[in-house]
Amino acid sequence: MAHNKTQPLNYLRESASQTAGPYVHIGLAPGAAGFEIYERELGTDIAGPNAPGERVRIEGVVYDGLGASVKDVLIEVWQADAAGIYPHPEDPRHADVAPGFRGWGRVISDFDSGVWTLDTIKPGPCPGRMGRVQAPHLSLWIVSRGINIGLNTRLYFPEDTALHAADPILGSIEQRGRVKTLIATKIAAGQYRFDISLQGDDETVFMDI
Amino acid sequence: MKPAEFYMRDRTLHPPSYHPGYKTSVPRSPKQALLTVQQSLSEITGPAFGHNDMGPLDHDLIKNFDHGGDPVGERIILHGRVLDENARPVPKTLVEIWQANASGRYRHKKDVYLGALDPNFGGCGRTITDDQGYYFFRTIKPGPYPWLNYVNSWRPAHIHVSVFGTSFSQRLITQLYFEGDPLIPKCPIVQTIPDPQAVEQLTAVLDMNTAIPMDCLAYKFDIVLRGRRSTLFENRLEGN
Ligand SMILES: [Fe+2]
Repeated sequence: MAHNKTQPLNYLRESASQTAGPYVHIGLAPGAAGFEIYERELGTDIAGPNAPGERVRIEGVVYDGLGASVKDVLIEVWQADAAGIYPHPEDPRHADVAPGFRGWGRVISDFDSGVWTLDTIKPGPCPGRMGRVQAPHLSLWIVSRGINIGLNTRLYFPEDTALHAADPILGSIEQRGRVKTLIATKIAAGQYRFDISLQGDDETVFMDI
Repeated sequence: MKPAEFYMRDRTLHPPSYHPGYKTSVPRSPKQALLTVQQSLSEITGPAFGHNDMGPLDHDLIKNFDHGGDPVGERIILHGRVLDENARPVPKTLVEIWQANASGRYRHKKDVYLGALDPNFGGCGRTITDDQGYYFFRTIKPGPYPWLNYVNSWRPAHIHVSVFGTSFSQRLITQLYFEGDPLIPKCPIVQTIPDPQAVEQLTAVLDMNTAIPMDCLAYKFDIVLRGRRSTLFENRLEGN
């Protein structure tokens, strides 16, 4: 606090982050962790049943710096619909968002295998800053025991190579060899794999947003 | 209102990813610098929640896992406001909590601590802030519990708190501690926070005016999320 100033700024300070810990599941995804307490679990249906667009399933594993799978991770997803519209009042096109489209969800990894799976629709390209276009992407937020502050990253789709070349975020990565850490691998029609490395030679690009 | 960015996160008050005193952070912390992102529509938007998402007892941890009685332990009201760094209330935002019971035991299949489970305590709750950013829960004060960081590490009594705000860039998970707990300064997870004032901000204070006589005590805990620029002069996110 700026006690010595005649014109104090009076801003509050953000509350400090703390790890989600090993038991995050009972708080944020109790049903998925086998604990039935809420009538309605949040975050299980990102797109809703009626939103147009390509239905996709994405699976992956989060690895730690020693290559061990992180079996207690929770990942949240935020994305636009197939037309690139966010269901949020500050998207100028939000009135036209797909019916029932929520754009948000959360998944946890399997306690034994570490594999997580999410079902959604592929988003469309969406507006970037200064009139640029962002390639279709999911915004991800990763928390777990041992992660002191949630990690932000993005998932892009491998088939959008032309859009990737123009994407402002991908374009801002100086070490070009790391761009691939943000691009999922197609494993079958409508199915993708996206592994995340918290640390090490193939460390995923995490973002300060 | 024209879209504007959220204030840059003050990383000097947040724990660094790598903090060797909290051993699990050693292999789970990125070593490369974070990529600096100028916020776009993807970062200034985020999910919305409503009362349709909630059940009637979701905010009452004394009653939301009722198997024939109340849980044991110290009955408390936990209340406060969600604000941003401009001290503006954050209305209609989702607040989720989870915690151990009075014995320090979580109802989680991975928790094998010998503290007893309580048949009437689930340990999670959620609510939506009102128009003034205000929220409240009723619960049991959690007990401290041991964990194998160092051989005799104990967590202070704490409640995990998850908050959304209005944008994905405000997303925050933190922990609430209780005023006067001598375990707070000894905790390796608390010690990941570099700024003592920031620890104080995570410490709920006893609030006798909100306590209900002959029923329960109360603690006040305000949560602050990132604030937002005003668009006095434009540096536009959209258009050109
Ligand atoms: Fe905990």
